[in-house]
Amino acid sequence: MRRFKFVASKFALTNPQRRKIFGKITTGALATCVAAPLLLALPTQQAIGATPSNMLVVAQRIDDITTLDPAQSFEFSGSDVIRNVYGKLVNSNPADLNAGYEADLAESWEVSEDGKTITFTMRDGVTFHSGNPVTAEDAEFSLRRAITLEKTPSFILTQFGFTKDNIEETIKAEGNKLSITTDQKYATSFVLNCLTAAIGSIVDKKTVMANEVDGDLGNGWLLDNTAGSGAYKVVSWKPVESVTLQANDDFYKGAPAMKRVIIRHVQESATQRLLLEKGDIDVARDLNPEDVAGARENDNIKIHDELRGRLMYVSMNQKHPQLSNPKVREAIKYLIDYQGMQDSFLKGQYTIHQNFLPRTYLGAIDDQPYSLNIEKARALLEEAGVGEFEIEAGVREAQDRIEIAQTLQNAMAQVGITMKITVGTAKQILTRYRARELDFYVGAWGPDYPDPQTNAGTFAYNPDNSDEAKATGLLAYRNAWDPGALGAQTEAAVIEPDVDKRRAMYEAIQREFLKTSPFAIMFQKIEQAGMQKSVSNLVLGGAITAVSYWPVTK
Amino acid sequence: MTTAAGKPPPTEYRSGWTRGSIKLARVIGSVLVTMLGLLFITFIIGRVMPIDPVISVVGERATKEVYDAAYQEMGLDKPVLVQFFYYLSDVVRGDFGTSYLNGRPVADEIRRVFPATLELATIGTLIGIIFGVPLGMIAAVKRDSWIDQVARVVALVGYSMPIFWLGLVGLLVFYGILGWVGGPGRVGIFYVDIVPPVTGMILIDSALDGQWEIFWDAVSHIVLPASILGYYSLAYISRMTRSFMLEQLNAEYVTTARVKGLSEWTVIWRHAFGNIKVQLITVIALSYAGLLEGSVLTEIIFSWPGIGSYITTALLSADMNAVLGGTVVVGLVFVCLNVLSDLLYSFFDPRAK
Amino acid sequence: MNNSNASASGASTITGLRAWLNAEVPGSRWQARASAWYHGWLEFKSNRLALLGLLILIALVLIAIFAPLLSPHDPYTQNLSNRLLPMGSEGHLLGTDSLGRDLLSRMIYGARITLYIVALVALIAPVAGLLVGTVAGYLGGWTDTVLMRLTDIFLAFPRLVLALAFVAALGAGIENAVLAIALTAWPPYARIARAETLTIRSSDYISAVKLQGAGAFRIIVKHIWPLCIASLIVRITLDMAGIILAAAGLGFLGLGARPPSPEWGAMIADGRRFILDHWWVATMPGLAIFTVSLAFNLLGDGLRDLLDPKSQGK
Repeated sequence: MRRFKFVASKFALTNPQRRKIFGKITTGALATCVAAPLLLALPTQQAIGATPSNMLVVAQRIDDITTLDPAQSFEFSGSDVIRNVYGKLVNSNPADLNAGYEADLAESWEVSEDGKTITFTMRDGVTFHSGNPVTAEDAEFSLRRAITLEKTPSFILTQFGFTKDNIEETIKAEGNKLSITTDQKYATSFVLNCLTAAIGSIVDKKTVMANEVDGDLGNGWLLDNTAGSGAYKVVSWKPVESVTLQANDDFYKGAPAMKRVIIRHVQESATQRLLLEKGDIDVARDLNPEDVAGARENDNIKIHDELRGRLMYVSMNQKHPQLSNPKVREAIKYLIDYQGMQDSFLKGQYTIHQNFLPRTYLGAIDDQPYSLNIEKARALLEEAGVGEFEIEAGVREAQDRIEIAQTLQNAMAQVGITMKITVGTAKQILTRYRARELDFYVGAWGPDYPDPQTNAGTFAYNPDNSDEAKATGLLAYRNAWDPGALGAQTEAAVIEPDVDKRRAMYEAIQREFLKTSPFAIMFQKIEQAGMQKSVSNLVLGGAITAVSYWPVTK
Repeated sequence: MTTAAGKPPPTEYRSGWTRGSIKLARVIGSVLVTMLGLLFITFIIGRVMPIDPVISVVGERATKEVYDAAYQEMGLDKPVLVQFFYYLSDVVRGDFGTSYLNGRPVADEIRRVFPATLELATIGTLIGIIFGVPLGMIAAVKRDSWIDQVARVVALVGYSMPIFWLGLVGLLVFYGILGWVGGPGRVGIFYVDIVPPVTGMILIDSALDGQWEIFWDAVSHIVLPASILGYYSLAYISRMTRSFMLEQLNAEYVTTARVKGLSEWTVIWRHAFGNIKVQLITVIALSYAGLLEGSVLTEIIFSWPGIGSYITTALLSADMNAVLGGTVVVGLVFVCLNVLSDLLYSFFDPRAK
Repeated sequence: MNNSNASASGASTITGLRAWLNAEVPGSRWQARASAWYHGWLEFKSNRLALLGLLILIALVLIAIFAPLLSPHDPYTQNLSNRLLPMGSEGHLLGTDSLGRDLLSRMIYGARITLYIVALVALIAPVAGLLVGTVAGYLGGWTDTVLMRLTDIFLAFPRLVLALAFVAALGAGIENAVLAIALTAWPPYARIARAETLTIRSSDYISAVKLQGAGAFRIIVKHIWPLCIASLIVRITLDMAGIILAAAGLGFLGLGARPPSPEWGAMIADGRRFILDHWWVATMPGLAIFTVSLAFNLLGDGLRDLLDPKSQGK
């Protein structure tokens, strides 16, 4: 106790000094408790300095992976793995993410005159990990399979009118050509953008079908096995523990430099940083702002910033008597301390962004009309004449979100709104959100594929707002919001073939959305990965895709 | 017991045999009933929990059709009791179902994670015994001396420390600052997947495989979490040892032995310690069971892929098959250790007969 | 004049009181009881560690009661530009947390929550255990079998997992955390109460009461419960630390008190993110939890030495 007081009085120290002192105190305090048994059990110690030069070791939270089947996987960490294992017809290039899609397993493509049919010509000489050649038949099988299995991400393909019953006609392989026919004319970029998502992965038909059980199209086998043609194959996936990737030396773009990639689940940011500073890992993916700041001081570590597609937002349930009042909605947008949060506990990891299309997306705009203005909010609430009221906010137990919620709670209290924060596990909160039970939600949304429709179709589109519709996948539905004319505009934007017109349509939708919607989009994610100075060319995927390990050198 | 006494058995031979088997049947029966109750309660909790298990399977963006199909496939449209009955009949056949979360057979998953916990808890308990028993003995022999007070404080501090905090600070100091021990996880990350799993316990597997470099690396990783768990076990074991020893040292026969002029050493070791052995085994078994089920937070802090963090993760995602499977295994281990210590007790302790 | 007179009479009252308490033959039932308590207190007082525990707990209660007077700031006021100030900063003795709230004030208010949790669990769990244990022990037969099987089932549960499951089922919040912890804490009490009941049940004293025509309920409540209480109290005090740690564990996993309430476990969870550079944010509430549970343990250990005949050296 006394030693702690001693520190308290001397506390105007710099960081490294402080850490040194802390080391001493804690060692002293704990010596009696831990050191005794510890010392006896210590024949060797000292972690090895660095990881092997042809191996990339990554610490990342991977507890969200539920399957490695590209027709089913729909989580962030799952996409990270799948992107490195499977090739697609068209794909984004890590060297130039802004270019959008480029040829991958398809060498080229042609669009028919009516704009409905796209015919791909397959690249020659590419093989799967099994040694089988990649053919148009495999591509046909992969897309048909994804539609037939009807797993969650299948909507990315079925929104073009593909169904189990029509795939025989709409997705066809002939020789080295594959043609797909959509139900109406869409912007070609929209269709191709969707094919760069994980669900567009081309699997090895022979290998997969050899492992089919009870007509499951290999879904059970692909759960933890892979049959791709990409830069890596999965050696093992242990849930909530690790994923081990082995390089494919026959990768058509050249053998990757990293022969083995190990992704290890490490929950805590502090632990990831310790591992990184000790040289036990090469990359730490989940450092919080404080640990990023701390790691920057280390000479062996660099911080890599990349703008990602994930948005942080709050939303107001339109079933709530007060929150459905447009003035109240506007008032709440003025009760958010965007700048304060960006500059404090979100520092470096989120940037203010108030529109539903992430920066770098077609049609994204940078308008930022809202900032913290308690007086204005109070005036708006008075105008609305709602008096004092209470709302329940649902937040999953992630510290940054709980902090956002508390910051809002604090501001709302100043204008007579009592906010009760319900913290729960991700699934718990989501269950209630989907059932339209939460008054207020603080959460995040990541785009599913690199096309504006991915977010427009969920934030600004809700054709049937009745409880019976159960359109629980749509954010507008979850907040019981009928977007009115915005819905029709969204539908029109999807089929607009002209890129410039399409862009203008999305800009208009967002400007209206910004004013009237019950959503306050606050921030866009910047991922800050800590890595050893020696690691280069690691691209996390920007706003449009997932990580690429094959260009990495060390 | 009452049934055996109610009807006098025809022959001497049969009586002994019958009594033995009845006793065994009672033990097995009570274990079965306990396990059944455990399953039932866990099942009910899982069903009333306001977490939609379907989301774990289909993800948050599934369309209504995908959602409904999964709902039916999981049998959630049937009455709870029917679901429970189906589940039970699968369990009886040794099938714990598949995880909603990662689609794998729960039994395989438990086989993967349980050895990690077993390894940790075993070493923790060993540390607890090695340090706890002598500490408790000395404290009892030198009652009220300074050494007794120190032992008391050491033990009570152990009881009072929030384990997640101790774990964080320990990791920071011994790994982060001093670099004496390995970091989180069971082995250095680049050793992952090298040793073929035989027992699932990496210390044993690496030794069997002759991979001594990995063995020592694993040792350096397990030292800290095991010491922290071991400290808890130490606190409990030393307190109980002290209390048992005091009881013995105050007993008349010890006084008699002393009067007879036996050396203090003989009195303490031969007589007193000899008599508390059985009680001690019970305590150690309980503490072992406690570590096996109580290492959740330690596992989380140390990224230790054990059964505690497995059940917790599953629970928070409403992955009920995994939760049920995990709970059954942990509960079974707990009950078995209890029964075992009871049996040992009645076997070794003449008074309990 | 007046003054000295008063103090003299005061002193004589104290001597008189001591004599009365030390009387060889108590004059009344009340005197006997008071005398027993007094001698217990004297013995307890000689155990300095236990006394220390008691003092810490009294201090905790006082801190909780006078929290508004003691805390230098409002525990909820945020200041994003003053976040993570180090210990000893001006106006913030223990620094500030991630939202710029004063840590010392939050810790002081946190004492209230801790006491609240402990008090509630200490009311619910032992009473439930007492009820189950005495009923099972007294009635015997099927009731006993069923109740004890139930107790075994709950004992076989991994404790934290059961608590977690209940909080997950009921939703996060202090009251639910209390219920969940109580649910995991009652079985040992039931076992103790049953064991005590079994020894009491066949005593002549109970037979006498039975002959007077008392019903089972009356016997259990009026005659068996009071006899079980001593051993339960020891056990409760020793369990308190476990309860505090369990509550903190739930808070740590994000399933304890609702934000912004300054529950110590939740404060550790919040501060662990900064453990490398701003270690005090997690360490201070950790120390608080440690101190309080240590105090309960010291007290409980002392009480056990006092009340548990087994460990009494003669």
